Amino acid sequence: MSTATTAESEHEPSPPPQEVDLAAVFEDSGVKDVLHEIDETMIGLGPVKQRIREMVALLLVDRARRDMGLATETPTLHMSFTGNPGTGKTTVALKMADLLHRLGYVRKGHLVTVTRDDLVGQYIGHTAPKTKEVLKKAMGGVLFIDEAYYLYRPENERDYGQEAIEILLQVMENNRDDLVVILAGYGDRMDRFFSSNPGFRSRIAHHIDFPDYDDDELVRISQIMLDQQNYALDDEAREVLLRYVALRRQQPHFANARSIRNALDRARLRQANRLFLRNQGPVSREDLSTIRAEDLLASRVFTMGMPDADAAP
Amino acid sequence: MRLRQGQFSFLPDLTDDQIREQAQYAIDNGWAVSVEYTDDPHPRNSYWDMWCRPMFDNPDAAALVFEVNECRKEHGGKYIRVIAFDSSHGWESIRMSFIVNRPADEPGFRLVRQEVDGRSIRYTIESYAVREPEGRRYA
Repeated sequence: MSTATTAESEHEPSPPPQEVDLAAVFEDSGVKDVLHEIDETMIGLGPVKQRIREMVALLLVDRARRDMGLATETPTLHMSFTGNPGTGKTTVALKMADLLHRLGYVRKGHLVTVTRDDLVGQYIGHTAPKTKEVLKKAMGGVLFIDEAYYLYRPENERDYGQEAIEILLQVMENNRDDLVVILAGYGDRMDRFFSSNPGFRSRIAHHIDFPDYDDDELVRISQIMLDQQNYALDDEAREVLLRYVALRRQQPHFANARSIRNALDRARLRQANRLFLRNQGPVSREDLSTIRAEDLLASRVFTMGMPDADAAP
Repeated sequence: MRLRQGQFSFLPDLTDDQIREQAQYAIDNGWAVSVEYTDDPHPRNSYWDMWCRPMFDNPDAAALVFEVNECRKEHGGKYIRVIAFDSSHGWESIRMSFIVNRPADEPGFRLVRQEVDGRSIRYTIESYAVREPEGRRYA
C-alpha cells in the first residue's frame, strides 16, 4: 500500500528522552506489586523467583533502551518451564502474563492454556487451522503449552504434531510482538524434545527450572490452601500431614502441591462425613472448619502404602 | 476509479496498525470481527467470500491483522474488507465494515441505459471488472 508510508511519516516521533528513572518505572508499571504477590503467595521456588526478578530487570532496562532509541528489536520472550507436576508452572505462567502485560510486552495479558489435543488435528488438513485458531486466541497474551513434548512423536513420522510445530515456530518468529509462548513439561522429556527440535531451543530465550517442594514447604502450602477455604488443621493433624507428605512422596504419581490439594479435598470429604455421622446436637463454627488428625489418618497412604491420588475420592 | 464503500473509504488506505486499532475497538465492544474478500466490486454485491471463521473469542486484534495478511497472500489482487458483527438483541447486524485491501488497478463502473416503455430509461451500473470471468478480473 503506497499511501500507508505517507500516513506513517506524518506521525513525527517525539525526540527520545535523555534519561530514565528505572525505579520510578518499576513503581509505576505495577510490576512491584506482582513481584511482591509472587513472593507472598508462592512458597519456596527460590530459584524461580530469582530468575523472574532477573527477567523483570532485563525487560525494564530493555524498555528504557527502546524508549531512548538504543534498541529497536523486540526481545525474544518465549520461555520454557521445566519441572515435575504440581510445582506451580501454570500459576507462575499466570503471573508471568500479568508481569509482561504491565511491562508493556503483551497488549492484553491473558493466558491461554493448551495441550497437544488443542493444537494437533485428527486428519490431514485439520491441524493447521486448529493451531492457527489457538494462536489467534492467544495473540496479545501468553500461550501456555502444557506437556509440550507430546507435540513431537518421533515414533510416528506421519504424526500431525510436526505440522503444529512448524506453524508454531513460524508464528513465534514472525509475530513476536503479538504473543509469548511458554512451553512446559517434565525436565528430562523437555530436554529430549528440545534436542530433537533445535528450532525451539534457539527461539526460546528463558529456561526456568522448577524445583520440587520439600516437606515443610508442602505443609505450608496446604495451610494456605486451607486458609483460602476457611478450614484449619488442629495441632495433631498438622503432625499427621507432615508424615503424610513424607510417605506420599515415596509413592508413585506424586505431584507435589497437586497431590496435597487432592489429599486435602479428601480430608474435607471425610470431615464432612464424620460430622454428619456423629452429629450429636448443634455443630459449632469451629467444628465445621477444623480438620482433625483422624480425617487424614484414614488415607490409604498410611494403611496400604498405595497411592490414592488417582483413585476414587 | 477508487472504490468508495464502507467506512474510511475516503481516507488513505489504513496501515496495519490502524486496522488493528479499529478492529480492537470492535472487539472491545463485543462484536465479532471477520475478514471477507471479493472480486466483484458492485455496491449491491453482499455476497463476499469469507476468508476465515468469524473471530468470536479472540481478545486481541492482532489475530485479525494476522488473518488479513494471510488473506493478502492468497487474494492480494482483490478487495478485502473487515466486518464487525454485533449479535446483541435489536442490532443483530454488521456494525463496522471497511476495505483493507484493493486491486492495484480499479477500472470503475459503466452506466448502462435501458430504454423501456417508449421513451423511459432505466439506469444501472456495471463494473468494468466483471466483464472478465471470475478469477481473471484483476490481473
